Amino acid sequence: MFKALIARLKQGHRTTPWPDGPAPELPERFAGRPRLDASRCRDGCAACAAVCPTGALSGGALDLGRCLFCRACVEACPERAVEFTREPAMAARRREDLVVRGGAYRLAEALEAESRRVFGRSLKLRQVSAGGCNACESDLNVLGTIGWDLGRFGVQFVASPRHADGLLVTGPVTANMREALLKTWAAVPSPKLVIAAGACAISGGPYRGRPEAHDGCGQLLPVDLFIPGCPPHPLTTLDGILRLLGRLG
Amino acid sequence: MTTVHNAEPVALDMVAPLEPARFRDEVAAAVRGGARLSAWFHHQGRLWAALARDEAGEIQLACAPVQGSYPALTPRCAQAHWFERELFEDSGIRPEGHPGLKPIRSGTADFFRVEGEEIHEVAVGPVHAGVIEPGHFRFQCHGEDVLHLEISLGYQHRGVEAMLAGGPDRRTIHVVETLAGDTSAGHGAAYCQAVEALSGARVSARAMALRGVALELERLANHAGDLGALANDVGYLPTASFCGRIRGDFLNMTALLCGSRFGRGLLRPGGVGFDAEAGLRRELLRRLDEALRDAAGAVELLWKSESVMARFEGAGTLAAESCLELGLVGPAARAAGLDRDVRHDFPHGVYAFAQIPVSTARTGDVFARAYVRWLELQRSAAFVRDLLEHLPQGRLRAETGPLAAERICVSLVEGWRGEICHVAVTDGQGRFSRYKVVDPSFHNWFGLAAAMRGQPISDFPLCNKSFNLSYCGHDL
Repeated sequence: MFKALIARLKQGHRTTPWPDGPAPELPERFAGRPRLDASRCRDGCAACAAVCPTGALSGGALDLGRCLFCRACVEACPERAVEFTREPAMAARRREDLVVRGGAYRLAEALEAESRRVFGRSLKLRQVSAGGCNACESDLNVLGTIGWDLGRFGVQFVASPRHADGLLVTGPVTANMREALLKTWAAVPSPKLVIAAGACAISGGPYRGRPEAHDGCGQLLPVDLFIPGCPPHPLTTLDGILRLLGRLG
Repeated sequence: MTTVHNAEPVALDMVAPLEPARFRDEVAAAVRGGARLSAWFHHQGRLWAALARDEAGEIQLACAPVQGSYPALTPRCAQAHWFERELFEDSGIRPEGHPGLKPIRSGTADFFRVEGEEIHEVAVGPVHAGVIEPGHFRFQCHGEDVLHLEISLGYQHRGVEAMLAGGPDRRTIHVVETLAGDTSAGHGAAYCQAVEALSGARVSARAMALRGVALELERLANHAGDLGALANDVGYLPTASFCGRIRGDFLNMTALLCGSRFGRGLLRPGGVGFDAEAGLRRELLRRLDEALRDAAGAVELLWKSESVMARFEGAGTLAAESCLELGLVGPAARAAGLDRDVRHDFPHGVYAFAQIPVSTARTGDVFARAYVRWLELQRSAAFVRDLLEHLPQGRLRAETGPLAAERICVSLVEGWRGEICHVAVTDGQGRFSRYKVVDPSFHNWFGLAAAMRGQPISDFPLCNKSFNLSYCGHDL
């Protein structure tokens, strides 16, 4: 007992003060929201598109729903027309908002007034991994640790869909998980939300086009929030959820 | 049989095909003689086996022509049972005489059942209570006691091996890194080793050392996380809370190197994608010391708490003989006293120059699996410290040219869960005609089922966590 108390004192207080205080510092090499400057592109050059593993780049636009943040495009571009900033905020409400053209970006807006009244102070989510590689899942679990303490926002991952206000889906939705995902969705009482987290859940990610998967959950469920990344940083996820609930900015 | 070393390619025609019955006899005899079945697959009309001989540090390759069916290996060699089920499911080739031929990835309704008035069945999953991957567990119980557990997987099947065939291409490394996303460095290293061996690329000492840092940081993060999760499963919240955060500290060290907490982009064929300059190394060393100090404070509490030890000791015991017979790998095997570790037995890259002691325990229970993790955590931290303090010079990345045609190359890496085995086979153009992946979980899932026999079902979460196996790494 005393040993546990002494250990507790030594470990100290570790919960991030964000969003009321500064956010945890992201590493210098972190790849956050990219910026594109198509005016720099040479005519007919498609060096970035040629190296992109998921076809996220085309016609001077970068689709964050497909992007793995691997930065192969940065390396390939002869004109430095694409760069990745350290900005973690990237979640969007509409699929088309995930497409970056230039520097402007439309971040997720809050739910409409009635949904905010219902979910704003308490949002319980059932997580379904449907072909996720356990990177998205691991960094969702991180939100429950003392470093982030998701519970202080009234947000919680719950064990039963019957207790949930919505689903948070990861993975490209494998054919073998389709039925389980739809049954879990049907078991959530209305009104309910869907959050698609990670490139796989949004677009299939590296598994796009595979007959064994569905290119994400968008064709099966009405998605309310898209959180890009491979996997999304915990800060990107938390930022997205708080924006959705109207708790930020 | 043809003998090769780790990541040493050999021409396909150097492996002389054996007659199927002799092939089975020789593989069974090799396993009886102490070899392990690291890979077993079908490719272009032939059955292939890769046998790891830990003590000799050698890999034996054998193949045999096959059509329609062949005499099953499983009755003579238990560790082949899952491989032969996979083979049957993937290729339709029937191992005649296999005692339980069912698919391993496309689900089954044909569960083993125990009959009796007082017997009841418990079904769990595929969607679980936590934030975790899907799988189905079917328990046959008498009261609290589990008579039998059948694990039904495949929900995560994404067609990984089919995607890798025809490569390498621009998507290959990303599929490899997400094959089991918590083992990006492990699978990345196995893939890079295979490509480098097949293309004759020479990796610099610096790049090798940085890969070693990446692999051991991955082990540190996951072992710390597992120790916390084990504490959580017995309701011991101090260690659960502390380790949850400490795991993040290790992940953030990897992110300091490459921007990604999971090491994405760090390992690339020919070397590494990022350097660790002097300033960065100093910062990593500072954080390493701090994280190790915090981990010691958090983990030592476990061994000193009687309530924790009462739950850990004697739970989910798997004897060394069972681990040997089932072909278990990684901390689960070492916890029962088997001193198998790819870093020691088949050293490649930095492990050929710098040794890391193999950590074992004896009791084979939840406690032993936890304690081996703690030993490994300390030794990995010391290893990383040494690498960072004496980082050799060298270019970050060498060019990898075209791959040699008509070759087979077995690449082994000790991932944090155990042996990762990739087998790359190239065609006449130097493209992968087959890329076989064996995640450590493939060997170990059945070990979990065996460990649950006769245990109270309420200990299942604890036993499950003590193995902490990958669903997607198994399902591919």
